[in-house]
Amino acid sequence: MTELRRPIESGVPESFPFMHPLLKKNYGHWAWHDRPRPGVLHHVAESGDEVWTVKAGTQRQMDVYTIRRLCDIADQYAEGHVRFTVRSNIEFMVSKWEMVEPLIKTLEAEGFPVGGTGNSVSMISHTQGFLHCDIPATDASGVVKSLMDELYEEFKHEEMPNRVKITTSCCQINCGGQGDIAINIQHTKPPIINHDLVAGICERPAVVARCPVAAIRPALVNGKPSLEVDEKKCVCCGACFPPCPPMQINDPVNSKIAIWVGGKHSSTRSKPAFHKLVAAGIPNNPPRWPEAAEIVKKILYAYKEDARPWERMNEWIERIGWPRFFEITGLPFTKYHLDNWRGGRNSLNASAHIHF
Amino acid sequence: MSKKMPETPMLDQLEGGPWPSFVTGLKRLAESEDKQYADRMKDLLGQLEHSYQTKKGYWKGGTVGVFGYGGGIIPRFSEVADQFPESAEFHTLRVMPPAGMHYNTDILRKMCDIWEEHGSGLIAFHGQSGDIMFQGCSTDQVQPAFDKLNELGFDLGGAGPAVRTSISCVGAARCEQSCFDEAKALRMNVNANLDDMHRPSLPYKFKFKFSGCANDCSNATQRADMAVIGTWRDDMQVNQEEIKKKVAQLGRKEFINQVIRMCPTQALGLNDDDTLDVDNKSCVRCMHCINVCTKALKPGKDRGVTILLGGKRTLKIGDLFGTVIVPFMPMQSDEDYENLVELGQKIIEFFAENALEHERTGEMIERIGLANFLEGIGLDVDPNMVSQPRTNPYVRTDGWDDEVAKWNARKGPAAAE
Repeated sequence: MTELRRPIESGVPESFPFMHPLLKKNYGHWAWHDRPRPGVLHHVAESGDEVWTVKAGTQRQMDVYTIRRLCDIADQYAEGHVRFTVRSNIEFMVSKWEMVEPLIKTLEAEGFPVGGTGNSVSMISHTQGFLHCDIPATDASGVVKSLMDELYEEFKHEEMPNRVKITTSCCQINCGGQGDIAINIQHTKPPIINHDLVAGICERPAVVARCPVAAIRPALVNGKPSLEVDEKKCVCCGACFPPCPPMQINDPVNSKIAIWVGGKHSSTRSKPAFHKLVAAGIPNNPPRWPEAAEIVKKILYAYKEDARPWERMNEWIERIGWPRFFEITGLPFTKYHLDNWRGGRNSLNASAHIHF
Repeated sequence: MSKKMPETPMLDQLEGGPWPSFVTGLKRLAESEDKQYADRMKDLLGQLEHSYQTKKGYWKGGTVGVFGYGGGIIPRFSEVADQFPESAEFHTLRVMPPAGMHYNTDILRKMCDIWEEHGSGLIAFHGQSGDIMFQGCSTDQVQPAFDKLNELGFDLGGAGPAVRTSISCVGAARCEQSCFDEAKALRMNVNANLDDMHRPSLPYKFKFKFSGCANDCSNATQRADMAVIGTWRDDMQVNQEEIKKKVAQLGRKEFINQVIRMCPTQALGLNDDDTLDVDNKSCVRCMHCINVCTKALKPGKDRGVTILLGGKRTLKIGDLFGTVIVPFMPMQSDEDYENLVELGQKIIEFFAENALEHERTGEMIERIGLANFLEGIGLDVDPNMVSQPRTNPYVRTDGWDDEVAKWNARKGPAAAE
């Protein structure tokens, strides 16, 4: 037998060999920046060096032809360097202002929209979905593509009160993370259990331990060791499904989409905030999810219309109050908006402050 | 004889519209008849269309790896391989990018070549944890693909109960708001814990993220077990001439609306001569005014980091933000960076020994209490760790005098007066 190759445990590679030369030269010595137009950042170093960054949207799941085309563009206009943002936008650094317009023209001609800077709607944070995940109730790439088609102009322009971060998630694990607007799967029925398979596949005590509401217990079903769910207790979160695939939580009809608003990662102005449920029961409707898109646009344009400069979604709602939010978006407020999880009482209005 | 392209009426609808289409990319790969992956990508498209039609996913995990490592490959086996046999195996290699996700075109082309030879031609830049995801490898090609990427200088990232691949913002490479060397901190911290990344044996995942300032562009506060966020201790740098220009540009009313009134701690005022009055003792380094006045305002010079611990999303106990465990750690000398690495290792060790199976750091702290955690790590309690002191009286305070003595010893004579 041939000797197996041992890995070189090199870990994270050095950044400098791949970094644009101006970024490397002025590393840690930048003076200020501005945005000459949407999609373009202009950074000035203490040395006086200037660099322009052109940001473009991608499909994230890229074929090698697309990547090579982006490389050709980088070689032609951006001295052979690129970087990616955490939201899968690609950035081309350019040392001359004269190169900016031709680069933008080329990118747009090739179908890569230039934008995503400042107070725009940036690329939707993107999870895996049907293409690769083992537990998704919906697709991610398709939802992102459909929504970004709808929000294309908002990516290309800086016309929002502040930046808008939209996220998607194909299950309640919520890989997409917190967002100003989050479009997430919300299961509405307990898992359907294939009792023939549980004993052979699942480590039953581990599955019992995963349930946040202690609704799962070991049981003998049809003479076989299995698990059963107290359906009255079950919150349909799907936590049991990854460790126990025979507990199928995904349901083509009853796995719905819910929309959440006001998540914010940064500590800028207000402290970071979790997103809050505003709409649920929305059909999971590929390939273009029109019902979800409609609600997202309704919320987004209410914010665009009404928020003050620099207010993020959560800060806008904090100012106008939740009654006004539900009023101007036309979304119904139900008993499901009341938080009954631990600590949920902190979300109730313990005051005589009432919006009229 | 190559396969026919599958019928994909639903996916076809995702080829229209102005945003770049991943479906068009997948089809391009499926139609590359001279490439080894063409048939696999045809079946992949077939399975994806099947998912769209039935609204269900059809991938299952399994065990696939490379020699010497216990993680880093995400195995995917199709449950509908009888209908789509060519894409029966469609594994992902998670590969760590350079911090800041910088590339030159030479390295990207080499990655494409490797993935064209051994994989599917489909690469995601990047996954939510920050990996380059080389998607669509058959089991027998995982090792040769990894060997080539590894020879190129790249290594596998984390998966499972392990230290995970990390993310930092662009930071010092291109941002004047950066308060430390994010890429250096990322690389040092992850590379000091490679054993816990490549041979997963922690209670659950552990994520580091690094952001140069409170804007937190790497989303560390909510997404990382250990969030390292740049800040400064001295006064913010103010260029009053540029402030005057900004006032002139926005107009006084809008400057007051957009800068002064939006300060979360009311630390700002506009002077009669249109210069800025800053109460640095009230300032919490939130970055808002600096974001608005990018030419006039900058972080101070005595820079370092604030460290938050325990961020995560819902499962199992509900969403948790990271909370402060170190209000300020200087981050300038090499020794400072080594101190950060040491703290990270101490936390991972404590996590490994004290967390329950499948429990994240935030959940562990929720269970054992912050005071016990701090004691275990050897960190001192600090009022910057709370929004407010406790409001309920269910606490035994019979160790009060000892704790006061510790505080006094730490704070010196100033505190005892």
